[in-house]
Amino acid sequence: MKIYISLIALTAIINMASAQETVYPAKAQTGSVAITHGTVHVGNGNVISDGTVVFDKGKITYVGAASGAPSASKTVDANGKQVYPGLILSATDVGLKEVGSGVRGANDFREIGDNNASIHSVVAYNTDSKVINTLRDNGILLANIVPQGGILAGASSVVQLDAWNWEDAAYKKDNGIHFNMPSLVNRSGRFGGGGGFPGGRFAGLGGDQADPIKAGLDRIEEVKSWLREAKAYAEEGNHANTNLRFEAVKGLFNKSQKFFVHCDLVKEMLIAVDFAKQFGMDVVIVGGSDSWQIADLLKQNNIAVILNEMHSLPTMQDDDVDQPYKTPAMLQKAGVLFAINDEHEESRYRNLMFNAGTAATYGLTKEQALSAITLNAAKILGVSDKTGSLEVGKDANVIISNGDILDMKSSVVTNAYIQGRQLEMTDKQKQLYERYKYKYGMK
Amino acid sequence: MMKRWKLLLAVLCITKLASSQETFPVNGVADKREGCYAFTNATIIKDVKNKLSNATMVVRDGRIVAVGNNVAIPKDAVVIDCKDKYIYPSFIDAYSDYGMPQQQAGAGRGGFNFNAPAQLESNQKGAYGWNQALHTDVNAVSLFTTDETKAKGLRDLGFGTVLTHQKDGIARGTGAVVTLSKENDNLVVLKDKASAHYSLSKGSSTQSYPSSLMGTIALLRQTYLDAQWYKNKPKTEGLNLSLQSFIEEQNLPQIIDGGDKWNDLRADRIGDEFVVQYIIKGGGNEYQRLKEVAGTKATYIIPLNFPVAQDVEDPNDARQVSLADMKAWELAPTNPAALEKAGIPFVLTAADLRDPKLFTANLRKALDYGLSEDKALEALTTAPAQLLKIDDQVGTLDAGKVANFIITSAPVFNTGTTILQNWVQGHKYGVNENSWNTTAAIYNLVLNYPDGNTASYILDVKNSTTANVIGKDTLTGRLSYDGKIVKLSFSTVPQRRGFGGGNFGGQGNFGGGGANTANNKTIRLSGVSNGDVWQGNGTDTAGNMILWTATYSKAQEVKPDSSSRRRNNSLAGIGKVTYPFSGYGWEEAPQQETILIKNATVWTNEREGKLTNTDVLIKNGKIAQVGKNLSDASAKVIDGTGKHVTAGIIDEHSHIAAASINEGAQSVTSEVRIADNLNPEDVSIYRSLSGGVTSAHILHGSANTIGGQTQLIKLRWGANDDDLKFKGADPFIKFALGENVKRTTSSTNNRFPDTRMGVEEVQMDAFQRAKDYENAWKQYDADKKKNANAFAPRRDLELDALVEIMNHKRFITCHSYVQSEINSTMKVAEKFGFNVNTFTHILEGYKVADKMKAHGANASTFSDWWYYKNEVIDAIPYNAVLMQHEGVNVAINSDDAEMQRRLNQEAAKSIKYGGMSEEDALKMVTLNPAKMLHVDNKVGSIKAGKDADIVIWTDNPLSIYAKAQTTIVDGTVYFDRDKDMELRKKITSERQRLINKMAGERRAGNPVVPPVASMELMNFCDEDHGHTKGLLIMDASKLEENK
Repeated sequence: MKIYISLIALTAIINMASAQETVYPAKAQTGSVAITHGTVHVGNGNVISDGTVVFDKGKITYVGAASGAPSASKTVDANGKQVYPGLILSATDVGLKEVGSGVRGANDFREIGDNNASIHSVVAYNTDSKVINTLRDNGILLANIVPQGGILAGASSVVQLDAWNWEDAAYKKDNGIHFNMPSLVNRSGRFGGGGGFPGGRFAGLGGDQADPIKAGLDRIEEVKSWLREAKAYAEEGNHANTNLRFEAVKGLFNKSQKFFVHCDLVKEMLIAVDFAKQFGMDVVIVGGSDSWQIADLLKQNNIAVILNEMHSLPTMQDDDVDQPYKTPAMLQKAGVLFAINDEHEESRYRNLMFNAGTAATYGLTKEQALSAITLNAAKILGVSDKTGSLEVGKDANVIISNGDILDMKSSVVTNAYIQGRQLEMTDKQKQLYERYKYKYGMK
Repeated sequence: MMKRWKLLLAVLCITKLASSQETFPVNGVADKREGCYAFTNATIIKDVKNKLSNATMVVRDGRIVAVGNNVAIPKDAVVIDCKDKYIYPSFIDAYSDYGMPQQQAGAGRGGFNFNAPAQLESNQKGAYGWNQALHTDVNAVSLFTTDETKAKGLRDLGFGTVLTHQKDGIARGTGAVVTLSKENDNLVVLKDKASAHYSLSKGSSTQSYPSSLMGTIALLRQTYLDAQWYKNKPKTEGLNLSLQSFIEEQNLPQIIDGGDKWNDLRADRIGDEFVVQYIIKGGGNEYQRLKEVAGTKATYIIPLNFPVAQDVEDPNDARQVSLADMKAWELAPTNPAALEKAGIPFVLTAADLRDPKLFTANLRKALDYGLSEDKALEALTTAPAQLLKIDDQVGTLDAGKVANFIITSAPVFNTGTTILQNWVQGHKYGVNENSWNTTAAIYNLVLNYPDGNTASYILDVKNSTTANVIGKDTLTGRLSYDGKIVKLSFSTVPQRRGFGGGNFGGQGNFGGGGANTANNKTIRLSGVSNGDVWQGNGTDTAGNMILWTATYSKAQEVKPDSSSRRRNNSLAGIGKVTYPFSGYGWEEAPQQETILIKNATVWTNEREGKLTNTDVLIKNGKIAQVGKNLSDASAKVIDGTGKHVTAGIIDEHSHIAAASINEGAQSVTSEVRIADNLNPEDVSIYRSLSGGVTSAHILHGSANTIGGQTQLIKLRWGANDDDLKFKGADPFIKFALGENVKRTTSSTNNRFPDTRMGVEEVQMDAFQRAKDYENAWKQYDADKKKNANAFAPRRDLELDALVEIMNHKRFITCHSYVQSEINSTMKVAEKFGFNVNTFTHILEGYKVADKMKAHGANASTFSDWWYYKNEVIDAIPYNAVLMQHEGVNVAINSDDAEMQRRLNQEAAKSIKYGGMSEEDALKMVTLNPAKMLHVDNKVGSIKAGKDADIVIWTDNPLSIYAKAQTTIVDGTVYFDRDKDMELRKKITSERQRLINKMAGERRAGNPVVPPVASMELMNFCDEDHGHTKGLLIMDASKLEENK
């Protein structure tokens, strides 16, 4: 405990010098680095108890037993510590939404209009968001930045969280197109008047619309018919009239882009499956609260799921009180490829690993839970060739934690590397902590 | 067209004037009639206790003159032979809006809206009171005019008299008793001011206040106080017509629309406070809380609006319908019977029905589900008459009463019985007159052929469309009878299939498939009824002319009502009422036990710290002993090996278990009380128990500077609202600062304040007013000793609460974020001589922790929330550690139904952020909140003598891998993983049973409605950090009104 406190104090002293504005993006890796004698969690389920990870020029060159590891120009002793791949937020508005609410000027996450297929989130991604460093300090090194407005919301991009500008941050541009499924819930008339949360999936439905399910299905049919045209457009290379929206979704039909369908209920997910069948697209369900009900069917159709938030209330009051917590274990058992996400608006996404931890309490193994925020996420986002696990040839996206990263009482990240670059581990919050420790004369 | 219309009008006028009253001039020739009728040979049910067979009733001039077995029939009486008929007093509906003007659409729907501009004053012009939802000045009799369409609808159901009022607003003025006669408005009013009406819905009022149920209750309470004060004619008030009417109406029967079991109780408590026994209009779910409902001692007006089965064939649809909704569908028809059995007085109303025509069917359903026929009749006649003090005029068939009665074909509640006529004020209104003569009688049918042959049959008339023709065989006849013209046809050979196929048109086209033998003949008859004899002519298949007569022989044997048989069917296998009335409800409430937890790691939160291999003995709801090797022969032993035992978790800031949370219509609403609208059926209670929570402080929201009074509860799942309360705890009140209070998200805010400068001024003004108010009362108390007629100040519920704060009898928990507002609020408090007990959220508390310590404030904060709005951009997860270091008592709160069940994990984040010790971290969600709520003498640690609010964890309680295995409140196990598994199984099987039953309704051809997702209502502190992740969760404040 003492060692730990003095370590904090040590980092504190280093940090006192720099406001967030002087937390610089790290320079490219210059010499090889070996993280030695740690418990290495590969991300694919394997654990190496006395393990070493070596990386050079931004790529992992060795993962294995500490004995027999090649030497490196710099050694980081991870004895007694845990080594993990960098964590991945699989659907987020970080960098697009600065202040959560009440400050219109701070928001760039929701475009107006129904069909925003040609929107690219990455161009508005703000690398200087104050939120980013609080994520890195918790081990989150990559994020999929998702636009939200409209039925077709546009293209997300995966970014790495240590960059001067969005171009440098882009890790995989336009990895998928996002579709906000209209709600297929029949809500009681007494909730009429278009109720629901402003801007949510229920907005605009109910009230004057007599049959909300019919209304939802009609809107879905419009999207399908548009996609049929888009697919036909993609077949022909030359067009007298270039259609930006059709151009933007070409990748869906050759599977270079994924189709992210935001929905939660079974009927909505069945429609997502139907999209996959009809258009031959790689479909990912984002949300998937009720995915446990049709886990086998999702598996059969190779539909992946991003579970938006573990720390949720059950859908129905009759549901098992821990249903959201055990949904990952049910998907795991069925063999569904799934990732765990954190979109909690008030803690701003930095509890990703604890969402995974809860899944481990309710049926996943800890390594499966880790995969849900590393390798599985990388696969779903189309970046598993480069990251998601500690394997030779992949980018050196690595973190070191004092203890089990999934458990808040031990989850303290001391080192983080993106593409081999060592990040400066501070953020605005740590700086304010230092400022007031100074005021109160705290050691 | 126009001309004809005018002509029609003129005719109507003349008809109407014919029966009009003295003062009205006559256009044309006077047409006075005495309207004398004698109803003979009838079964007359004068009231439940007095039934006469073969009796006569004489009516004259709209009144009953005589009823009995030996009544002389006046010579001028029109005699109506009621052989086989039954006469009952017509029904009385005590909860109608018959004849009232069409209501305006409710503009004031929904709760407090953070974004819309407020309407701070009433739109009602004139010398009225301040609140637009108080319509005490409305008299139904002044608005009333007859409405024949609606009157007919009600008469057809058997009603003759209604109490009508305008169903709009929280106070609704007076109601009038009127009959459903077509006479002039003047003549149908039996009592002009018969009742005073109230409700918990603001109706068409567009004024912002009240925007919540608790605000509504506060407004009613304040109105009673204002009325008491106004009686002394205070000069400062001038004329206040609303209060004046309110006072005048107090001697009438007081009727309040509860509309739901909990609201029934809430309404009754208002009455209790002001010594008013309300008559309560219920909601139909009273059977779910009979004990509490009986405790109100009120008479209930009960609707028969039973839910319709939902179409749950599709399993995905069925999934969205809650067990609670399905159970309510199954059990709602038991409500009247349950009330009867519990001895709760009630009357029945046709109000609230989607279609008034459902009344009869639903009434019969209630009888099938156990309501006695006598009780039903009483609840529709004598009981409402007595309730409305009109039993001298209506309700029974006694001489001198208004001639309001129905004539039925058979006992009125029998299946298949029709109401033939409904007489109102001595005027006949036909209901099913066609059925007058055909009702279930046996006739002798004789056919005379031209060749002199005759054929005789028994004609067994079932109703006006079916009759059996009985000769050698029993033949199914097709009858058509309109009261005068008779048509009958039948085949002389039995049909393999009946005529049910319906190919028997008006033209008698029915030879086809039926004529299967040479002998078969089809007889078609037509004729006219002359009372007991029908006669006419007809033909057979061969075209032979037939003359026929059918002579009345005897009445159908009236079979004893089959309702007892039906009842058995209806009640077979029916579900049980659970507490709460939802999936996780108990059939048998859990009981306090003697429990011995052996060999656990016990986190005492006391000097002893964390004890390993230790036992805890729980007895009589208290912790009896903590130590090694304890024993108690009577105890249930729980093996705690490998387990951790802690005090129950206490959430300082919660919004679960309440029907409304924000009364945001004004900046100061210290008069409202969360306690007035607790909702003990919120499933969040059970879910939080599963996370080890035993107490929660239910706070008013943060919509305004001075919010409402809070309520500390214990999570006694299954208890009623009152039993949820943490008894003996100090009262608190919620204050708020910053963006929510100044309505930052609204671009059209017109409610002062709009800045933090204004917030401080609202505080100063409120406490200054409270100070002056307190002084005025002191002055009055002194004056009273000298002068008995001293003028009392107006009791002000809002200022009462503030005076309590200044006198250290009520304590503040203040929603706060930035350092400036924290600092200035402490200064205001200090100026008025009190402390801010707790700053809640307090995300910049770390910046002024030294000042908070000096002031003596506690801090209840979030672990790691930040940046969700501008005022929290400097929030840091090290806040708790920094404040604690400065000596402030710190708690971690949830403000969120989901996070509430993981508060142990939230506390553990301070280990990560700032290196707090595990034991200190745990105290932040147990002992520290107990201290700041002044209940640490009862809860918060494991110590002999304290309440047995205990959690057994599967792991270190600060680890994410820990689950609450068992949660105990007052020595009662309210949550246990094994018991939870049983409940889940029960939910699954009950759901399946009810889904099958509903599906059966559909297959049986009964009406079903499309499935409606059961939304879960949830309250939010404000709109900027609502936890909307529960998929089918609705913001409770957005719900129209509070039903």
